[in-house]
Amino acid sequence: MAGKTLYDKLWDDHLVKQRDDGSALIYIDRQLLHEVTSPQAFEGLRLANRKPWRIDANLATPDHNVPTTDRAKGIEGIVDPVSRIQVETLGKNCDEFGILEFKIMDKRQGIVHVIGPEQGATLPGMTIVCGDSHTSTHGAFGCLAHGIGTSEVEHVLATQCLVQQKMKNMLVKVDGQLGKGVTGKDVVLAIIAKIGTAGGTGHAIEFGGEAIQNLSMEGRMTICNMAIEAGARVGMVAVDGTTIEYVKGRPFSPKGESWDAAVKYWRTLHSDLDAVFDKTVELDAADILPQVSWGTSPEMVVGINGHVPDPAKEEDPIKREGIERALKYMGLQPNQAITDIKLDRVFIGSCTNSRIEDLREAAVVVKGRKVADSLMQAMVVPGSGLVKAQAEAEGLDQIFIEAGLEWRDPGCSMCLAMNADKLGQGEHCASTSNRNFEGRQGFGGRTHLVSPAMAAAAAIAGHFVDVRELLN
Amino acid sequence: MRAFTQHQGLVAPMDRSNVDTDMIIPKQFLKSIKRTGFGPNLFDELRYLDEGQPDQDSSQRPLNPDFVLNQPRYKNASVLLARSNFGCGSSREHAPWALDDYGFRVIIAPSFADIFYNNCFKNGLLPIVLEANIMEKLFQEAEAAEGYELTVDLQAKTVITPSGESFSFDVDDFRRHCLLNGLDDIGVTLEDAERIKSYEDQRRETAPWLFGAGQ
Repeated sequence: MAGKTLYDKLWDDHLVKQRDDGSALIYIDRQLLHEVTSPQAFEGLRLANRKPWRIDANLATPDHNVPTTDRAKGIEGIVDPVSRIQVETLGKNCDEFGILEFKIMDKRQGIVHVIGPEQGATLPGMTIVCGDSHTSTHGAFGCLAHGIGTSEVEHVLATQCLVQQKMKNMLVKVDGQLGKGVTGKDVVLAIIAKIGTAGGTGHAIEFGGEAIQNLSMEGRMTICNMAIEAGARVGMVAVDGTTIEYVKGRPFSPKGESWDAAVKYWRTLHSDLDAVFDKTVELDAADILPQVSWGTSPEMVVGINGHVPDPAKEEDPIKREGIERALKYMGLQPNQAITDIKLDRVFIGSCTNSRIEDLREAAVVVKGRKVADSLMQAMVVPGSGLVKAQAEAEGLDQIFIEAGLEWRDPGCSMCLAMNADKLGQGEHCASTSNRNFEGRQGFGGRTHLVSPAMAAAAAIAGHFVDVRELLN
Repeated sequence: MRAFTQHQGLVAPMDRSNVDTDMIIPKQFLKSIKRTGFGPNLFDELRYLDEGQPDQDSSQRPLNPDFVLNQPRYKNASVLLARSNFGCGSSREHAPWALDDYGFRVIIAPSFADIFYNNCFKNGLLPIVLEANIMEKLFQEAEAAEGYELTVDLQAKTVITPSGESFSFDVDDFRRHCLLNGLDDIGVTLEDAERIKSYEDQRRETAPWLFGAGQ
């Protein structure tokens, strides 16, 4: 019998019941909650007169609607009354049901996918869900983690289980060494460009190979975060020494004997050597350049030395139409050099790239330099209150401020523009977020997905530039 | 949940691949704490020429004449023909809520994004996957004939065209069962409460670090 993949192991360890019809009940160890996708779930519980199954499996924080300025004002600082009601509703629901919430003024508040790992609420081998597609982030810890809809948020609150069909196994292997200035973000954008936005549909992707093993946990989180942009609900990386080192000593992490037992189990969380994958994709790390998205889908990406594609050269009529539509929306010309794209704003933040390492990478680039005069705004939004404090302890905030970038309070911010941070119509933004969909960062806004280092370099130049030229 | 057994309805063809859930319902409308009322803002940025706001009367807004659902012939459509990877991106269940609230009961596409596909079933909305060549045929027929309707039979797992041509589709048994009977799947899961408890008890023994840490 063939060995098991990491996904097979996580599935088997959480299988409560295999039903005859092919569906299965899977136990959920951790649910993360935020204000946007939970209110209807709590309301559903109340209407059905149900109680949460296991309170201590849940952890909540407001992140999507929170302002990134004047945090000292707390909830009163949320100008939009509809946003404020949503944040207040999360607070009321958590209070009513006794769920731990890091409220807006709590220094531990932040983007759910940043605070889970930061607190050790994300532990290797867990099943983790959240009403947010970027829950795949937590797979970086050898977890089975994925986004769910609000009905399933309610289902997990009520039963601690999900009804699932087993997915297929896919391995994305990145061998070799990444070049200087090439980050986890560039790797995942290159992967999506290669396999497409539906390349992972129906699959749980495991990212492996030397280049992935050499990445920090922050880099691995960035890659797993965007598995959903390749169509896969689940992205994972095997547990190794880097994982265990990161988890050690965090507030929710096990201690003493329990720690030793946990580590022993966690060390088994990798695919067996003879495991069989339904699909395997290989990339050579040395081929990956800093990436920039030019279009309105995360697969519309090229290397920094590349050009905007020419739809006339695309043979597939559906793809050609997609390119034409994207170019029109983005206000770009066929064959235009990527380095000729001028920018209006720069956003460094989001659950993809707002952790301490991301901020360090951006700070190195802007240190001693100034943001281009042509730019309307460049902002840095740390992923949590603790990331913010850490960055300030390292003096990163001063580096950003001296270079002319705004230093903000934590939240999802301009990644999806549910708060006041958004693009104006027609504005181009170098963004470290995860989606370049039409209107994502604001009505008519034009998003270009890049790494923190590339966003920082673009802020200095006012247009895209190869960050490697600034790293000497 | 509302049951789905059979449905016959007017077809609207949306000839665009990779329709993401941001496009289906933009973020400013996710601030609602209700499950209803999203219909007027379905496909908001494609459907209207201005930027929509929550609590706005959308009937007064300028319509985009080029958008398919604004054509009078597709008024009251309840079956949406779509292209590949429909519903990609965000997990927001507001997307199926908006489609449902607008009046759609069935979406037919060559492929769907996983989370969206799953969310549809929780709301009495049926997503159907048909092969690309069949989709092509349906698109052509729907565009050619005004008033084109399809009949969808979930019991028989078939889509039937006005000429009587029938195409079968796959749907997994559990989802089909829940939809046919309008079942609350939380209730179904709770029938296994004892099983869940015994799994939990065993995990408390073998993996105690997973319990109680949040308190």
